Amino acid sequence: MGTHLPSTEFDGTAVDDQREADAEAVMGDPTAQMVQLLGPDGKLGTDPLFSDYADKLTPEALRGLYADMAAIRRFDIEATALQRQGQLALWVPLTGQEAAQIGSGRASQPQDYIFPTYREHGVALTRNVDLAELLRQFRGVSNGGWNPRETNFHLYTLVLAAQTLHAVGYAMGIQRDQKLAGTGGNEPDAAVIAYFGDGASSEGDVHESMVFASSYNAPVVFFCQNNHWAISVPTNVQTRVPLSNRAKGYGFPGIRVDGNDVIAVHAVTEWALEHARQGKGPVLIEAFTYRVGAHTTADDPTKYRHSDEEDAWRAKDPLSRLEKYLRAEALADDAFFAKVKADGDELAAYVRRTAHDLENPDIRQAFANVYAEAHPLVAEELAWFEEYAAGFAGEEETAAQAAKAGH
Amino acid sequence: MTTMTIAKAINEGLRATLAANPKALLMGEDIGPLGGVYRVTDGLIGEFGPDRVVDTPLAESGIIGTAIGLALRGYSPVCEIQFDGFVFPGFNQITTQLAKMHARSNGNLTVPVVIRIPYGGGIGSVEHHSESPEALFAHTAGVRIITPSNPHDAYWMIQQAVECQDPVIVFEPKRRYWLKGEVDVAGPGPSADPFKAHVLREGTDATIVAYGPLVPVALAAANAAEEDGRSVEVIDLRSISPIDFDTVTASVQKTGRLIVAHEAPTFGGIGGEIAARISERAFHSLEAPVIRVGGFHMPYPVAKVEEDYLPDIDRILEALDRALSY
Repeated sequence: MGTHLPSTEFDGTAVDDQREADAEAVMGDPTAQMVQLLGPDGKLGTDPLFSDYADKLTPEALRGLYADMAAIRRFDIEATALQRQGQLALWVPLTGQEAAQIGSGRASQPQDYIFPTYREHGVALTRNVDLAELLRQFRGVSNGGWNPRETNFHLYTLVLAAQTLHAVGYAMGIQRDQKLAGTGGNEPDAAVIAYFGDGASSEGDVHESMVFASSYNAPVVFFCQNNHWAISVPTNVQTRVPLSNRAKGYGFPGIRVDGNDVIAVHAVTEWALEHARQGKGPVLIEAFTYRVGAHTTADDPTKYRHSDEEDAWRAKDPLSRLEKYLRAEALADDAFFAKVKADGDELAAYVRRTAHDLENPDIRQAFANVYAEAHPLVAEELAWFEEYAAGFAGEEETAAQAAKAGH
Repeated sequence: MTTMTIAKAINEGLRATLAANPKALLMGEDIGPLGGVYRVTDGLIGEFGPDRVVDTPLAESGIIGTAIGLALRGYSPVCEIQFDGFVFPGFNQITTQLAKMHARSNGNLTVPVVIRIPYGGGIGSVEHHSESPEALFAHTAGVRIITPSNPHDAYWMIQQAVECQDPVIVFEPKRRYWLKGEVDVAGPGPSADPFKAHVLREGTDATIVAYGPLVPVALAAANAAEEDGRSVEVIDLRSISPIDFDTVTASVQKTGRLIVAHEAPTFGGIGGEIAARISERAFHSLEAPVIRVGGFHMPYPVAKVEEDYLPDIDRILEALDRALSY
């Protein structure tokens, strides 16, 4: 498969050669070690293992992948605009990473459970999360705007990599469910995906999660989007070898895939999830991609990277290469692309409308959700707050009357 | 009634929980064939197997983090942290994830994880094996903290912690693991609510509040004071978060004087919180300032001087004298 670099041989000069090769592979053109099916030119190549998975994608499914990527890019533009207009406190753009997210998310099945970090808006779309609800967190009306029980898409986790351990624990639960159900269980086998990035790969929790996953052979797929920048720090500060190589040290497969190739991402993730569901243990996927925009709307990439690097990655755009392929193979026509654009605008309008309508919560809800069971201190502080707030009741009325009277 | 040690009572409580609840499981370092460094899980892996008594990799963040994932899948994990000072690699998972998950999900998710931590000094051990970090966790909304001082409470509290839908940290007084006492396995009786303080000894001149390893010390101090004609009430706090302020307030309204004793440093500690709340709730009943007896503002000292660090009977009696001198 060409998915691993050869192990470093500690025999003198070979060490230096290996370091040089690794350094090149971390930031440079990694094609030799990377699964790619659909190139930037829109031509579909082959892979001895993954072409079988790619061949399962029907024309309708391929059009669907394009439509999803276009929708989430349109959503990203709209959310960025909402932030600029003061409707959101912050936005975390995903542009450039559409294929990595849509491809992997669409490879998952409903019974699988997803632990995202905080940029996986594309994966959220594939799990049927209401995208307007996704904005709650960034508007400051909730720390988790959707119910994970409904979509098997967990809440965003902002402390980097903490969720990778939750994912492994959840997968350990799936293993135990299967044993408790015995052979008569009729639940479909499930797996877990843990998303994280190249920056988070340095966190200790990623290491611990991979140790636990390996030790217990847990059905979990580690999906690392290597988007090359952890805010302002490039990947070669996080690692001196391709991140996918790290799997070897834990004893499970590691695959680097072209993260801008939605067909390859889908194929590799589908294979990895099957592998996990069949009880064969974890897989690490490194999706080699690029954060075309800023880390967040508070970031300024011009301070740490050159625009020619961004231009080079724009030439590898995930949407345009699939469009080329769909048109060349006559799988989609102008009417399809026009419809995708219209649907995107409709989604943007819906999101804008809903974001405006998101009501501010009441702090009483915060009191209610500190604990699941009754708690005397929370009750006491809430009672104090109610009494305190009641003291202002008359004043608010007076202020409202004054405003009405035009004072 | 059965007589057993605190360690054995926790062992029996865990056994009862594992037998009654198929979704309960134990996780920790060396808790399998070894039975834990204090043998609290002795024999359980033989009865319930390695899927339910899980020897984990040596990684505390990993233990807490995977326990959160198991809880999200519907399990009730009980994590053992080997020693108090080793909880800190897991501190991030406890404070940023475990404690906040219910609130973050607007009440949609519960994470009923139990964390057992042997705590406190007096065992002559090396660094990181004698600490009392409970205040660091009490400051974190979303977790509950309980600490047994006797075998009966130990037996029931561990089961009550597992039943609770909130995360619960159980601080176990490690130097009292071998303290024997009566356990009623038929029912908790007055220990039905793990978050309620117990008045262990009635008195009229002053109140001593203690918890965990210092409860026997407080009782001994009260007995010694009685020989001097002082009538001292002793309260076993039992729950550190929430704190049963009603019971403490009622006692202070009767005695007018309050001493709070814990092994943890007094600065920023549980005693300070109790002093502040009681001064608000029972200001007019207080005849003297609330006096704290606890550790000093220093890293837990080496074993050969821990006797000078740990509150003992005389330190509590000295505080009592000061309170009564007002």
